[in-house]
Amino acid sequence: MDRALPFIGPVLLFIIWDLAVRLGFIKPILLPSPADTVAALVQGLAGGPLLKDFAVTVWRTLQAFVIAAVVGVPLGVVLGSAEKAYRSVEFLIDFFRSTPSSALIPLFLMIFGVSDVNKVAIAAFGALLIVVFNSAYGVINARKQRVMAARVMGATRWQIFKDVLVWESLQPSFVGLRSAVSMALVIVIVAEMFIGADSGLGNRIINSQQVMNVKDMYAAILAAGVLGYALNILFLLLERKIVHWSGR
Amino acid sequence: MSVVINAPVIADVPSSPFVPGPTGTHITIRGLTKYFAGWPLYENFDLDIPKHKIVSVFGPNGCGKSTLINMIAGLVPIDSGEILFDGKSLKDTKIGYVFQNYREAMFPWMRTIDNIAYPLKLEGKSKAEVDRRMAELVASFDVKFDLNRFPYELSGGQQQTASIMRALANNPEVLFLDEPFSALDFEMTLFIREKLQEVFMQTGTTMLLVSHDLEEAVYLADQVLLLTKRPTKVAEILPYGDARPRTVDTLSEPSFIATKKLSLEIFQREVRR
Repeated sequence: MDRALPFIGPVLLFIIWDLAVRLGFIKPILLPSPADTVAALVQGLAGGPLLKDFAVTVWRTLQAFVIAAVVGVPLGVVLGSAEKAYRSVEFLIDFFRSTPSSALIPLFLMIFGVSDVNKVAIAAFGALLIVVFNSAYGVINARKQRVMAARVMGATRWQIFKDVLVWESLQPSFVGLRSAVSMALVIVIVAEMFIGADSGLGNRIINSQQVMNVKDMYAAILAAGVLGYALNILFLLLERKIVHWSGR
Repeated sequence: MSVVINAPVIADVPSSPFVPGPTGTHITIRGLTKYFAGWPLYENFDLDIPKHKIVSVFGPNGCGKSTLINMIAGLVPIDSGEILFDGKSLKDTKIGYVFQNYREAMFPWMRTIDNIAYPLKLEGKSKAEVDRRMAELVASFDVKFDLNRFPYELSGGQQQTASIMRALANNPEVLFLDEPFSALDFEMTLFIREKLQEVFMQTGTTMLLVSHDLEEAVYLADQVLLLTKRPTKVAEILPYGDARPRTVDTLSEPSFIATKKLSLEIFQREVRR
């Protein structure tokens, strides 16, 4: 019985949605019925044009994420272990982390032009700051006692770094990676909407909206939701596998 | 910018000459000074810690029992003074340390066996040497749990047993124990106390034990080091010589009761002072 609990919310939402359309509270031209939308989603993902856009968005998001992770985790760990270095760039990281990355789209347009690289670059930038921040703090907030334990056993600074600090930072790094992949997806979708894209979920959502093809639009929105949710779950599972000691 | 010509020359004032401890001294502490927030915690503190003995440190709250062993172990920097191990400095001395909070002392990303072997790995010992030493440790601790598990999969007592094994893995000259039983239940405390005594009888490793439990402090000790309130001095060093292995019966021996009673009296005198 308890296992059914997570399904109650979505089912309720679908029922309300269906009733709203059926009883004519909202015009079908603005909101298609859930059955139609899901049908469009399934059809589109089962080899339809939606699948291609879905794949393009996934690919861009992954590129941006991999750049952010490969640069961000080592950079964060190194900055975190040299706390003075981190303090000296902390303001920059916090400032740009607080700046909505979408506000920087025009800036990136000037640098990279209206290209595929641009969408990946800005998403990577936004994601990178989150990764750096979390990894650095992971090292800075490493359990002092574990560091002391290693030191008292005669570990050198380098040994403490590779045997303790890096590991201690793994869990917060994963928190960073998980937020970063969500951020990358958000920025990729926004960029696909507004930076002359001809593919991707963002592009599909805005195009369907322009021609009032609401069924396709909602299907694309749901697809973006599915993608975001799946990425989050994937990273949670990865974290539980790799950082097996987390929370114990 | 002005150049100071003929700046005053400050001659090296010879510090008070180093006085070695009596024969059988392992750790010599001379002129140890440590300030906390502008107040002296230790000032010109001298102490000799004997070799192949267990010394229990006991004293009022806030007198810096843990700080004392942490300074000797090099975990807390000292303001001035000298600490020598058989005439050597800390960096030429192998030490082991057991923390109260075993959860944050073990490395949860390593299997328990690798945690225990870590000090040997740091020394660059070969796989064969590590394996041999591990087998030795397992035998002497009579380990009944699976060392291939991760630390967080073990009970508190098992984790603390493992951290004691880790602290002893590279045969340290001195073992520091900072309230090692405080986070354990009574049954585990008794068990590990016995293990510790066995290991001491096998190896004779010099041990410095901080305890907040007077009975336990006396039970394990060859010497009870009683400290005053801060600025901390040595209130008294009480020898306690009952033969090992000490058992539950020891607790009712007149000599044990007398030492415990005297310790308590000195402790109370110092707390009231």
